Amino acid sequence: MLASRALSLAGKRALSTAVCLRGGHGVAKIDSYALPTYIDERDTPLPDICYVQNLSPDQVSLKEKEKGSWAALSNEEKIALYHISFNQSYAEMTQGSAEWKTVCGGVFFFIGLTALVLFWQRKYVYGPVPHTFDPEYKAKELQRMLDMKVNQVQGLASKWDYENKQWKK
Amino acid sequence: MSLPKPMMRGLLAKRLRFHLPLAFALSLFAAGIVKFGVTEPRKRAYEEFYKHYDPVKDFEEMREAGIFESVGPSKE
Repeated sequence: MLASRALSLAGKRALSTAVCLRGGHGVAKIDSYALPTYIDERDTPLPDICYVQNLSPDQVSLKEKEKGSWAALSNEEKIALYHISFNQSYAEMTQGSAEWKTVCGGVFFFIGLTALVLFWQRKYVYGPVPHTFDPEYKAKELQRMLDMKVNQVQGLASKWDYENKQWKK
Repeated sequence: MSLPKPMMRGLLAKRLRFHLPLAFALSLFAAGIVKFGVTEPRKRAYEEFYKHYDPVKDFEEMREAGIFESVGPSKE
């Protein structure tokens, strides 16, 4: 405010929109993304602004005709009026596409790629597994579980034949 | 235009009239499958197991296998 007062001493002409455009101390410049926009969304049946902002001469005359009786409008004119206000119809905007195939394909491809990476990692990055993974050690573990009769009703020990020392057929 | 006026009201009610009974039926069906496929066989298995179960014999077998810390295998 003070700056604009000082500038008015130099002359009103100094207070031009150039000050505003330079982001000076005049009215703030509104960027286009801050203005209301048109959007085709299922949840917003009535967007903030009409689709067509700058009407052609034909459209201007059509808008004039709209001010009269609507029964006088032909079907094509009604559709033209619709398309002044809206871009896509609900049927057009909600129709599906084949994009899901691409998405699924991409997802599977990258999962596969990741599998290759993990393969390499297991081979070249990780050290050896602990000795507890040796087959002999695993056999001793299993024997101990059978001795303890782990889950003898429906689980592991119930599948073991203790008389014949083998798995039940 | 010659288009018929679309359904303006009662859309949720229409959907629920179909889907609610279906949801109940499917849930009951799933529960039935679990009951008769899982819990009943399990109950019978436990019943069968404990009919002729001798815990002392079970304990002696485990003891001989040497898994206990408080008691070792019986000395011959």
